[in-house]
Amino acid sequence: MKYVDEFRQPEKAEALFKAIDNLAAPLSDKLARAVHIMEFCGGHTHAIFRFGLEQRLSKSVELIHGPGCPVCVLPMGRVDDCVALAERPEVIFTTFGDAMRVPGSQKSLLQAKADGADIRMVYSPLDALNLAKKNPDREVIFFALGFETTMPSTALTVLQAAEGNISNFSLFCNHITTVPILESLLDSPTFNIDGFVVPGHVSMVVGEKPFATIAERYKKPMVITGFEPLDILQSLHMLLVQLQSGKPCLENQYARVVQKAGNIPGLMAMQKVFELREKFDWRGLGEIDKSGVKITEEYAAFDAERKFAVPNLKVDDPHECQCGEVLKGEIKPWQCKVFGAPCTPQNPLGALMVSSEGACAAYYSFGNTKELLDKRQEARPSK
Amino acid sequence: MCLGIPGQIVEIIDAEKKLGKADVSGVKRVINLACIVDEDNPIQSTIGQWVLIHVGFAMSKIDEQEASRTLQLLNELGEAQREILEMELKQQ
Ligand code: SF4
Repeated sequence: MKYVDEFRQPEKAEALFKAIDNLAAPLSDKLARAVHIMEFCGGHTHAIFRFGLEQRLSKSVELIHGPGCPVCVLPMGRVDDCVALAERPEVIFTTFGDAMRVPGSQKSLLQAKADGADIRMVYSPLDALNLAKKNPDREVIFFALGFETTMPSTALTVLQAAEGNISNFSLFCNHITTVPILESLLDSPTFNIDGFVVPGHVSMVVGEKPFATIAERYKKPMVITGFEPLDILQSLHMLLVQLQSGKPCLENQYARVVQKAGNIPGLMAMQKVFELREKFDWRGLGEIDKSGVKITEEYAAFDAERKFAVPNLKVDDPHECQCGEVLKGEIKPWQCKVFGAPCTPQNPLGALMVSSEGACAAYYSFGNTKELLDKRQEARPSK
Repeated sequence: MCLGIPGQIVEIIDAEKKLGKADVSGVKRVINLACIVDEDNPIQSTIGQWVLIHVGFAMSKIDEQEASRTLQLLNELGEAQREILEMELKQQ
């Protein structure tokens, strides 16, 4: 496929692995540890595992998988809210497939569906709007989830609903924003990441500026990156060159898709429909100021939270879960006490095991689980 | 959730609703074009354009020149790498 195959050529990857190795080795000697690079976005995490990039990187570079999988950071209480909404008899609850299996405190959406709730998977928020048009006697709720990448699509859907006076359509808005969470990670004193693979499709919407500001403020190399293997390798190389030169800045590896100013029509739609929340709760990370959006007063009629009473209770994760530490890069997924047993993709305790973009599911599905568990055993202090 | 797929716009279906049809690997599907049209880029001008499609929306035009520039850089890196390798081999 055009724009895909040419960014997957194995011989080019080979050269890049070597070039990365050459650059990383002296840097890692100087640091007396591996160079730590965080890919923030779950899409990158998924690609890194799918193409087996991590195993082939030199020991001098360590990839830390960040919190950019929206399904993985959705708090349990919000899943409970989804279930409560979906179980109302008048409601058709629509969602992207990824969210179906995220555990709530009682059940997941998948279990609620099995129990009889009318829950339907859709490909686009526009499909949900069409369902509302076809079922005027029902209330159709779309579960809006995701970072800035998905915000223009849901905002434009709300604008269409308003234009068409579709009064039986609403959004359960759980959109989250990238910059505040990045800043909160960078502000944490234990956080030692040397550079960032910046989400390409978030940047496609918001443009270069928000990330350029962070790169400058925190003096960290950042590279906006596409999602094919060569994109990721090239951007690792760019990050290492920046580290070597000692001049951190923001660069754009993904210029074929990301324009400097972002997507103006999309941003305009977002501005009309969404406004920042005071704070938003992240699974494993806690509340973070101004890290989520809600629907503005003007479009309140399309806000499921205003339209229906949503319990919005805070529920703590099971205490044995170490998702928060994994999300912050403090431990590797396989170092979590329950990784592999009892926490598996079939029976996830934490959300990182649910989505194919979650770091735990990626290690479980693409790694050698037995080897990892042995390694965990060895790393434990002997009693 | 943040991934997308490249497709080529082949037809405008409804200019007012900003709907078009895109060819994605041989499959034609209806997509919303609101994010890539504005006063300077009227909807008709998007026919033939490659775009990145995400949840039913064309989210960005794909810039052919930038794509080949990126590939060019990759080629140069490969060349440089080969030279380094040859140098090392000669030294041994
Ligand atoms: S193994 Fe399960 S509980 Fe542990 S961090 Fe991963 S998802 Fe969370």
